[in-house]
Amino acid sequence: MRSKFLKQLAAITAGGLLVLGLGASGAQAKTDLLVYTAIEADELAKFKKAFEGDYPDVNIKWVRDSTGIMTSKLMAEKNNPKADIVWGLAATSLMKLSNEGYFQGYAPKGIEKLGKLYYDQKNNPPQWVGQRAWIASVCFNTVEAGKYKLPLPTSWADLTKPVYKGHVIMPNPNSSGTGFLDVSSWMQLMGEDNAWKFMDALHVNISRYTHSGSAPCKLAASGEVPVGISFAYRGAKSKSGGAPIEVIAPSEGVGWDLESFAIVKNTKNLAAARMLADWSVSAKAMKIYNEEYAVVAMPGIAKPVKNFPPGILEKMIQNDFAWAAKNQDRILNKWRDKYDAKSDPKK
Amino acid sequence: MTGTATLAPALSGLAVKEKVSREDWIMRGILLAIALFLTVSILLPLYFLMSKGFQDKDGTFTGLANFTEFFSTPALFYSIQNSLVITLWTSGIVLILAFTFAYGLTRSCMPFKSLFKGIALVPILMPSLLPAISLVYFFGKQGVITSWLFGYEIYGPIGIVMGEIIYVFPHAMTIMLIAMAMSDARLYEASEALGASKLKTFFTVTLPGMRYGLVSAFFVTFTLVITDFGVPKVLGGKYNVLATDVYKQVVGRQDFEMGAVVSMVLLVPAVLAFFADRLVQRKQVAMLSTRAVPYVPKPSRGFDMAMLGFCGLVGFIILAILGMAFFASFVKFWPYDLTLGLKNYQFDLMDGGGWASYFNSIELASWTAVVGTVMIFIGAYLVEKSNGFQAGRSAMQFLCIMPMAVPGLVLGLAYIFFFNHPDNPLGFLYHTMPILVICTVTHFYTVAHLTAVTALKQMDPEFESVSASLKVPFYKTFRRVTVPVCVPAILDISMYLFVNAMTTVSAVVFLYSPDTTLASVAVLNMDDAGDTAPAAAMGMMIVITAAGVRLIHSLLTRSLARRTQAWRKR
Repeated sequence: MRSKFLKQLAAITAGGLLVLGLGASGAQAKTDLLVYTAIEADELAKFKKAFEGDYPDVNIKWVRDSTGIMTSKLMAEKNNPKADIVWGLAATSLMKLSNEGYFQGYAPKGIEKLGKLYYDQKNNPPQWVGQRAWIASVCFNTVEAGKYKLPLPTSWADLTKPVYKGHVIMPNPNSSGTGFLDVSSWMQLMGEDNAWKFMDALHVNISRYTHSGSAPCKLAASGEVPVGISFAYRGAKSKSGGAPIEVIAPSEGVGWDLESFAIVKNTKNLAAARMLADWSVSAKAMKIYNEEYAVVAMPGIAKPVKNFPPGILEKMIQNDFAWAAKNQDRILNKWRDKYDAKSDPKK
Repeated sequence: MTGTATLAPALSGLAVKEKVSREDWIMRGILLAIALFLTVSILLPLYFLMSKGFQDKDGTFTGLANFTEFFSTPALFYSIQNSLVITLWTSGIVLILAFTFAYGLTRSCMPFKSLFKGIALVPILMPSLLPAISLVYFFGKQGVITSWLFGYEIYGPIGIVMGEIIYVFPHAMTIMLIAMAMSDARLYEASEALGASKLKTFFTVTLPGMRYGLVSAFFVTFTLVITDFGVPKVLGGKYNVLATDVYKQVVGRQDFEMGAVVSMVLLVPAVLAFFADRLVQRKQVAMLSTRAVPYVPKPSRGFDMAMLGFCGLVGFIILAILGMAFFASFVKFWPYDLTLGLKNYQFDLMDGGGWASYFNSIELASWTAVVGTVMIFIGAYLVEKSNGFQAGRSAMQFLCIMPMAVPGLVLGLAYIFFFNHPDNPLGFLYHTMPILVICTVTHFYTVAHLTAVTALKQMDPEFESVSASLKVPFYKTFRRVTVPVCVPAILDISMYLFVNAMTTVSAVVFLYSPDTTLASVAVLNMDDAGDTAPAAAMGMMIVITAAGVRLIHSLLTRSLARRTQAWRKR
């Protein structure tokens, strides 16, 4: 009786451990490629399907979060990187990581067809390659604007007017790449001191800072906050989805950054990572990028995207990525000290 | 030769002592195994967390440098202050509401008592994010009754307090119910015979009799609120609290050292409240004498109606919160297109891991329920019923109680430090389903353990003595007597573990991986990305699942009770 009980106990324990262990390992038929990305979640399935259709032996596993979070995560894992390839992350972030020796150079097949501005010119072979640009925009809810009698803003300066007090929402640049490209563009447009003055004034009108760069536009679309500082793709998408919003490109100029990829130095899946790199600069991939984004790295591909603000391409600033990458930490720390504790009554 | 010479007296010394049988060794072996589990799952991680607070990013010891940096940040004082303000307001309001509600259930003759009790427990089935999201639909800028806030904003202290009240109400109410059920009717008779007014009786008999229950409910509310981060995450706006600070430091900035510092600050009030509560509960047990007579309320039309009205209102609010989340999850595009559809349930198009998260959560909850129940019940049995080995048993008892004092966020962070340490041989567990199971079992260990202990204490120790004298091995008694008698408690424990594993966010938010995303974390991530309606939809999936399991539990309890519990009736 006793031995039977003990046997049962042992069997249950062993079985339990086995199943737990199996759950941990999983099947290993294809090459699993661990891809860190900041691309919007609603586009990930599309890219995975298109790529795996062309390379059936590779299985993409996404780890997605906002740009700032992804960058911090990569930094935190510096001594023991987990990702195989970083894909669809801001060029500014990749430059910063590249300076830390995070990546290995690789010239994907067909890179010569890309515009020179769109990939790493400092290293040869390049350590990072741009895919497409995402561009700042303001989402403006016309229904709510009518309720609060808000005029349509046409410039960044407009947003500091008292009439918008409590009606503007923007992403926290510490967590969101969109938030940072806004701050970086304001500094490049206005000069650093004036940009801080501008943000002081804007801060008064901000209802709160969000974690993600798309949240402000989603919240503007649903009328939670009438004016959301976000980016063009999210605005166009919301508008096409039936939201009563105008997508505005402010007159002073708009910030932008490149969604780019880079292969991690010590990846164990180099062949698969290079497959994704090759595929990512192909005309086919560029056409998929263009479905939602108006500016892609290969010239001659892009067609206008529905509901993008008119004239936005002309308003894109001359973006100095190297300056942004170099000054990012300093700017973000100062930003946090000034605005992050918004509960502070003295500020 | 010298070796045997020194051994001999030692051996003879042992022989004098009571003989430790083989069975005792087996019991001690299992007890040690469970103690070892808890050492690995809570003691060591906490130690690693503590030491991390005194190190810089490269792991060199820096003394109090992190603390100095932290305390010199003005934002911190606001966070501490904010956390305290929120917690005290919530506790105050919840105590009054829960007291009145429980009073209605125990001291009036109002109808539908069991229905109201059931409704009051509904928030237990939700992740704390869900009532917060629901409040956005009521009081947000596009809410249906936003004007009821008189121009105040839901994003901030008001919203947090409202959300927390709903989240902790069932916990406070349950404690109040137990405390009220324990009062002695003879005191009321005496009071009436002496001609005291109703009001005077309330202040001289009811309230003093409840004081331990009140204090206990206060501490439980306090701990739950100060460590919860679901509600402030959704409704905090610009209002920072300690719990969201930990999350921001760790997830937002990947600054684990500062995260460790904030979580140690968070640990202080939680631990204090925990010890105060233990102290008070010990006294509560001693209050009720064997001669006490349970209080039976007499009908009183006005009072009963008033209580019915109050409980009806509270019940209505809870159901409205749930109903709103349910409704909003089907609305196509709030507030401009109110037609209904399943668009928000297309989780694969959103952040958070898609439908896989939901199934992962079910897997986690099932494992937690099975593994946790077996381990916790056997552990409680051995602590209660094994012979001798007093030191080991007290140590075990302490280990079992400890998890309750550790907030989930702190536990999760401690796991990162411990299991992701390059030299840890258990490192292979990191980023897997088993680590989530281990963490969740540990996180909810204490309440389950206390439930098991209570059930076991009700059993006469004679069972063990008789079986022992009949030379029946302990595991046979355990299987043939103890387990069947304790079936209701065992089912309660497994349901408690399952429901909590479905709804918890705090610890697992630091531990999930791309393969083990969870439904509750998905609610958080979708809300973060501005996808409020899909977040509500995923929250509803959790509620429906937890409610389904509860239903199965009550059916099982009923049918099993008929088979195994007939002896309880005469």
